[in-house]
Amino acid sequence: MELIDLTLIWVVLIGIGVFMYVLMDGFDLGVGILFPFAPSDECRDMMMGSVAPVWDGNETWLILGGAGLLAAFPLIYSVFLPALYIGVFLLLAGLIFRGIAFEFRFKATRNKHLWDYSFFGGSTVASFAQGAVIGAYVQGFETENFRYVGGAFDWLTPFTLMTGLGVVAGYALLGVTWTIMKTEGRTQEWAYKVAPWLLAAVMFFFLVVSLWTPLANERVMARWFENISWLWIFPAATIALAAWIFQRLRSRAEGSPFIGSMTLFAMFYLGILISMWPYAVPPDHTFWDASSDPGSQLFLLIGFMFLIPIILGYTAWTYWVFRGKVKPGAGYAGH
Amino acid sequence: MDLDPVLLSRIQFAFVVSFHAIFPVFTIGLAAYVAVLEALYFRTDNPVYLRLAKFWVKVFAVVFGMGVVSGIVMAFQFGTNWSNFSYSASNFLGPILSYEVVTAFFLEATFLGVLLFGRDKVPRGMHLFSACMVAIGTFISSFWILSANSWMHTPAGVEMVDGMIHMTSWTQAIFNSSFPYRFAHMALASFITGGIVVAGVSAWYLLNNRNIETSKKALKMCVIMLAIVTPMQLLVGHEHGLNTFEHQPMKVAAMEGAWETKTGAPLILFAIPDAANETNHFEIKIPYLASIVLTHSASGEVPGLLEVPADERPPVGIVFWSFRVMVGLGLIFIAVSLLAAWQLYKGRLYESPLTLRAFNWLIPAPFVAVLTGWFVTEVGRQPWMIHDMMRIEEAITPSISGWMALFTLIGYIAVYAVVLFAGIFYLRKVITEGPDPVNKAEESSSARPKRPWSAVPTTLDDAPSAAGS
Ligand code: HDD
Ligand code: HEM
Ligand code: HEM
Repeated sequence: MELIDLTLIWVVLIGIGVFMYVLMDGFDLGVGILFPFAPSDECRDMMMGSVAPVWDGNETWLILGGAGLLAAFPLIYSVFLPALYIGVFLLLAGLIFRGIAFEFRFKATRNKHLWDYSFFGGSTVASFAQGAVIGAYVQGFETENFRYVGGAFDWLTPFTLMTGLGVVAGYALLGVTWTIMKTEGRTQEWAYKVAPWLLAAVMFFFLVVSLWTPLANERVMARWFENISWLWIFPAATIALAAWIFQRLRSRAEGSPFIGSMTLFAMFYLGILISMWPYAVPPDHTFWDASSDPGSQLFLLIGFMFLIPIILGYTAWTYWVFRGKVKPGAGYAGH
Repeated sequence: MDLDPVLLSRIQFAFVVSFHAIFPVFTIGLAAYVAVLEALYFRTDNPVYLRLAKFWVKVFAVVFGMGVVSGIVMAFQFGTNWSNFSYSASNFLGPILSYEVVTAFFLEATFLGVLLFGRDKVPRGMHLFSACMVAIGTFISSFWILSANSWMHTPAGVEMVDGMIHMTSWTQAIFNSSFPYRFAHMALASFITGGIVVAGVSAWYLLNNRNIETSKKALKMCVIMLAIVTPMQLLVGHEHGLNTFEHQPMKVAAMEGAWETKTGAPLILFAIPDAANETNHFEIKIPYLASIVLTHSASGEVPGLLEVPADERPPVGIVFWSFRVMVGLGLIFIAVSLLAAWQLYKGRLYESPLTLRAFNWLIPAPFVAVLTGWFVTEVGRQPWMIHDMMRIEEAITPSISGWMALFTLIGYIAVYAVVLFAGIFYLRKVITEGPDPVNKAEESSSARPKRPWSAVPTTLDDAPSAAGS
């Protein structure tokens, strides 16, 4: 074995990158999912205003995820995308409609509701597609000689339907707790009312998927029931965390429900990784099979070491430049 | 019915990348122009520069937004439709595209926020700095993507082992032999596109007696720039062609419409190439000129398409005609720019309705030149995905079927139609309003960075019904 395992470093880097994307785009997709249910147009204005400054930067992490996978784990890139062909198209179309809705909603008058629906539809479809990707990962892919050989709809099963809906509910929870944190008055009131229900929905999907996963995948079964028992800390902690969020919501805390929901996501994420480790393209290929040449991994790693801190630095600087709270009716150019 | 996934994927790729490409060429040129305006305002405090900068930044925001949404699709096209190619070439393409994201996309996206919404929130120097970062970001982006693309035309620094590409030299691969020419040609194309659109819009204002002061200034800046840049494009294009002649002779044979290998080959001005019969109809030609242009000798040898078997030839007609459209437009740009520069020098430019109208009519022309230029390059590469290394049939995703490719092709056409429609409608509105707006609600109070189109205060009323007018 070599002195440094580059592949392991890249697993960690890509893992953090994907998690960043899920957290950051998660809450703004969630706001889109909740959009039509908000009590008034003014509430919608505020909700959209609260995510508007960040959504575009968040999506750049998705592009980095795509390019980073191609660079470090090309097998994942070249099996997942063909296997999820139709799903990927829906994801991209959803992101496009969402993107243009952001830009045009505030400029339209008579057709405002059309952009409302385009924002809602785009966000929901994109979230569902991301959840289905996770389900498809757990399910595994039919490959031959490092190529995907399955059919166009192999990914679409009752199980992926469940994970898709689970992510829709999860993002909605992130969105609603974000709304609690960033707004006040009527919008916040409404968000407090909806949040416990969404939390319940998320826990429902969590339970169903947790029970279903070992049945769908023998290896996961073995991991959880034959191996190390300290793993059970994770589901226990998840349930305790959910109870805590519920309690914080009842006592009208503003920031902690959002932090709690993000941690909840981190738990799910770790749970999936533990279940699947070390498989990148199950059932046959591990992360080590999936990785690119060490030379290519190193070439990019050197650049990342310098560039990622710089990016985080200037991103933080712009957030600071545009700090401040969302106020009703404020901040929309042209209004 | 039998649907060919390779053909459909080619059409799909050509469609999405062509749609994407029209936005970057324009934003690269425009970002540089905005940075220059900001710098001039910083130094001279002349409010004309400020008004111009504020106006063109609005146009920039709309076009940039469309570039972003169509670009996200591009990042996944390689994986969905050309997964064998992505997998084989991942050792090179992966790091290159990742570097594009971390060196360029984050830079552009982040500083664009400050450029659009931060004028009152950061010191003037920082605002200028942000404008420069956005402009530099667009160039860094073209650097990486054109390196990847050029490498597919003139691969270097790699070896193919069992269908996988492994690196032997990063510098040779990144700075492959066609890259410097393509980068220079593309950079000039962006300046030409930006310059002609700004000149065309300014000319239109002058013809309509509006925004006189700003328009004169903008037109003057563009005319001077174009008079330098358009002849340079001819030279760079010529060198580019010579380099292609060395590395991809069949592409040049298709551009020239040359079937037989000839010494003292003529330059064909007009012809209808006929691939089935391997000949041209209705040729109009200038004797010896092709040999002189390509080999710098009247008796030089120019290889023809018959040198290789029919299944290794690119589709001749598209390459031949696209090349003529691009070069023809390039020559028209040179003529108009030099004429305008002469009139400017004589002090007659602003009173020459013919020249002003010419600029106005030319607004779509650079986009046509850019697309036809890409058609020459990409169609001329056929049937190779990576020149002499991988054919396109080998590059396709194995699991893709004809109907899947057709479904997404129709899907993208539908989605892009909406994007383009809304975008054009909105651009027209911004431009009709002009740099000296009656509307005072400028970008100042907004607390929303990174949202290109919302930098524009104009209201978008009832897009579909009003757009037809
Ligand atoms: C000569 C320049 C050039 C060329 C040939 C291409 N692009 Fe591009 N691209 C740009 C120059 C550019 C740009 C000027 O940098 C853009 C325009 C808007 C933007 O954000 O950056 C951009 C945007 C852009 C984005 C969105 C970035 C963001 O969200 O900020 C992606 C993912 C791509 N491109 C990917 C591609 C791919 C995969 C291409 C290969 C066919 C491609 N581009 C051709
Ligand atoms: C941005 C401007 C670009 C335009 C307008 C453009 C245009 C085209 C066209 C018209 C085709 C179809 C050729 C055919 O199938 O007959 C094509 C194919 C292709 N080009 Fe480009 N291209 C551009 C940039 C790039 C870049 C930067 C890359 C790679 C980094 C690239 C990679 C490809 C690939 C993978 C195909 C599909 C396979 C093929 O048909 O060869 N292109 N492009
Ligand atoms: C004035 C005379 C011109 C000449 C002689 C010329 C020459 C060429 C040649 C030979 C190619 C093919 C390169 C290859 O082998 O792949 C090319 C491509 C291209 N041309 Fe031109 N060109 C001219 C003008 C223009 C103009 C005015 C524009 C746009 C404003 C333009 C935009 C492009 C683009 C975008 C490409 C594809 C990218 C590339 O390969 O560089 N060209 N040109």
